[in-house]
Amino acid sequence: MLEHYDPAGFFDEMLDERAATRPHYRKFHQLFSAMTPEEFNSKRQSVDLAFLRQGVTFNVYGDSAGTEKIFPFDVLPRIISGSEWELLERGLVQRITALNLFLHDIYHEQKIIKDGVIPPFYILSGKHFRREFVNFNVPKDIYIHVCGTDLIRGKDGGWMVLEDNGRCPSGVSYVLENRRAMKRTFPQMFEQIGVRPVEHYPQELVKMLQHIAPAGVADPTIALLTPGAHNSAYFEHTYLARQMGIEIVEGRDLEVRDAHVFMRTTKGLRPVHVIYRRIDDDFLDPTVFRRDSLLGVPGLVHAYRAGNVSLANSIGTGIADDKVMYYFVPRMIKYYLDQEPLIPNVPTYLASEEADKKYILENLSQLVVKSANESGGYGMLMGPKATKEEIESFRGAIEKDPRNYIAQPMISLSRHPTHIEDDVFEGRHIDLRPYIICGEKTTIVPGGLTRVALRKGSLVVNSSQGGGSKDTWVLYGDE
Amino acid sequence: MLSRVANCLYWMSRYVERAENIARIVDVNLQLLLDLRNLDEKRLEEHWLPIVQTTGDEELFFQLHKQARGKLVTEFLVFQMENPNSIITSICQARENARMVRDQITLEYWEELNRLYWFMRTSQGRQAWKESPTDFFQQIKGSSLLLMGLSRATSIRNEGWYFSEAGKFLERADKTSRILDVRYMTLPEKGVPGAITQAEALEWSAILRSCSGWDAYKSIHGAEVHPKLVVEFLLFNADFPRSVRFCVNELNVALRRISGVPEGKFCNDAEKLAGRLVAEMQFSTIDEVFDQGLHGYLDQLQFKLNAIGGALFNAYIFQPFTNLEEEIMVQQEEQQQQQSGESRTPILCASARHDVHAGPDDGAPLPIR
Repeated sequence: MLEHYDPAGFFDEMLDERAATRPHYRKFHQLFSAMTPEEFNSKRQSVDLAFLRQGVTFNVYGDSAGTEKIFPFDVLPRIISGSEWELLERGLVQRITALNLFLHDIYHEQKIIKDGVIPPFYILSGKHFRREFVNFNVPKDIYIHVCGTDLIRGKDGGWMVLEDNGRCPSGVSYVLENRRAMKRTFPQMFEQIGVRPVEHYPQELVKMLQHIAPAGVADPTIALLTPGAHNSAYFEHTYLARQMGIEIVEGRDLEVRDAHVFMRTTKGLRPVHVIYRRIDDDFLDPTVFRRDSLLGVPGLVHAYRAGNVSLANSIGTGIADDKVMYYFVPRMIKYYLDQEPLIPNVPTYLASEEADKKYILENLSQLVVKSANESGGYGMLMGPKATKEEIESFRGAIEKDPRNYIAQPMISLSRHPTHIEDDVFEGRHIDLRPYIICGEKTTIVPGGLTRVALRKGSLVVNSSQGGGSKDTWVLYGDE
Repeated sequence: MLSRVANCLYWMSRYVERAENIARIVDVNLQLLLDLRNLDEKRLEEHWLPIVQTTGDEELFFQLHKQARGKLVTEFLVFQMENPNSIITSICQARENARMVRDQITLEYWEELNRLYWFMRTSQGRQAWKESPTDFFQQIKGSSLLLMGLSRATSIRNEGWYFSEAGKFLERADKTSRILDVRYMTLPEKGVPGAITQAEALEWSAILRSCSGWDAYKSIHGAEVHPKLVVEFLLFNADFPRSVRFCVNELNVALRRISGVPEGKFCNDAEKLAGRLVAEMQFSTIDEVFDQGLHGYLDQLQFKLNAIGGALFNAYIFQPFTNLEEEIMVQQEEQQQQQSGESRTPILCASARHDVHAGPDDGAPLPIR
């Protein structure tokens, strides 16, 4: 198998430009080729069935009949060599360190503004800048506790950061479940290839949550706050809570009394000290944010401000997710750490800068335009693939509210051999989302979630837009 | 344990038990028909109608269907999503509850329940039903028994376990009593029934088989089937795990394990009512039941079981949720009082826009209480 595979001129993860297998894929390629198509298909089917049986599914909004789907999984693993990973790891730690320093700064002294590195307008106009939290000290001074940073590789194979997800990034349960499925299906490959484990993620996460507990609480009660069983990531919420051995609560299970948070149990109210919340700021507390939110807990923010409950991630990290702030991250790294970024950004144009705006509007059909605060592949214009009407509607939107738009050149993402049907394998575009945990120290489980755009030619990897995932193997060595 | 979680565990096992019991009832009655001859329309209706009545959904059934025919009744009890007590709905509900407490149940339990769910939700279930209803019901029963075994073999015996035990035995006691009620029309209104025909004997043995009680009954009473003995066996036998007495005992044990209150005392209405019912089941005789009339007795029994369920909910699950609007008001007031005490820190940069802001600036003045 794989002998007819053709990289078709793209940067391919497995094959180099002369169509030779890259060193870190050699062992895998060898073992994989030894399999017959029948063997492969039966293994592939058993993985799919296992996912359905275990309920490793995500909920599809606006679909009442079959509200659950399995996240399509491609059994060909994405492999990263040990030394390449170590470089990425350093780059990610550098980036998250700068982001946390930035968040502390803009909610306190605002030196980066005063020193003229970032114009004040961009921060103050940020939709997720929470001015109510200026001068508030978050527990242990950590803002982003869990970050999912999306990485891509371009034409020449160089790594770039596509975006930072510093609010409630999801998907890590698939990293763990994909690995479990792969280990069950291809045990001999793991033995022979040497893959770094990822299973310790829940332990690292719970360690971090214990670390941020309010001062003086020796044995904190930790809870994961979920919007409920109808949320698309509900599987992940229960999965993580179970793995960590913590309570999973909905807003209606919690109550605030005298600025302390309690949960309703069969034996009355019991205190809660740390909340790993998987609900956006806006819905956390109807007394402070959206009043119509039924998911949150009235008084929660008050308890948080009083220091009686800790939240991960902190309130107000959304400003760092703002795609306009993304533009400034390399400057943050320079400003706070006096270092050059180890992983560069994708070249970005800000529509609110006159020169950039002119360039963007003149080249809409070449560029990818993104609105500053959307995610999941929504609110995006892929210039080269868009219709005239779509381009014109974005032109109008950009002129009306330039602050809300950035543009980037279309990046031809690297491709990876992916199973299409029977014994046909084709290249499909992929990205990588590592999960970074910031507690007492910064931890990244090796690899992360490799997402793959299963539709032919598509560059959008989001699960809501026909994306799937792969297991990501970081090798101990380089071969 | 979170009240919501306790509630989910309780209902999860109740629904699994319910699905199993409905499978038992329909299965046995389908098989029974094979033994009966000369069935006309009227006779058929007499056969199927009581079965709809056992689940307590007669009214709904006649809203959906005109006549209690075999096909319609089985469809109603097995696959009809509109029926809140059909097998498919029970399994969906059990899984929905399990999904909400996925962190509290073991992987093995979840995988089996999820498998059963997909079996019912996809064409697999229909296909199996078409090929052989008996095998189909065997699958449902088998899966339920497997779930029971899995939870016994893998669950830690904590509060959650006892809530699910309570749900299971309450449901089973209720269903056994309803299965017994199926043939009350053929009995005298009051007093011990006399000799019965062979056809009736078949029907009463069907009742025993609905409860998997045929072998146990035979070992006690031999092959002679008599309504009095059957009713006595299914109500009062202390050792048969589907008799009402056995179930009520187990329910009582579970309730006491939850609270830690010993036998002979009680700390809430659920324990009081359960303890009372245990004593009643212990110190009643079958003649008293028939003196009162079986149907009336079972009616009261179901009422008592419902009361225990309600009391359980009140004691552990139902904590009055504060009115959200009111709670928001209270919390805001508290925060205002605190803030007026602090000196407000000036925000360093003049704000360009006010996106989200709490408090009276919203335009709605807070009422002073």
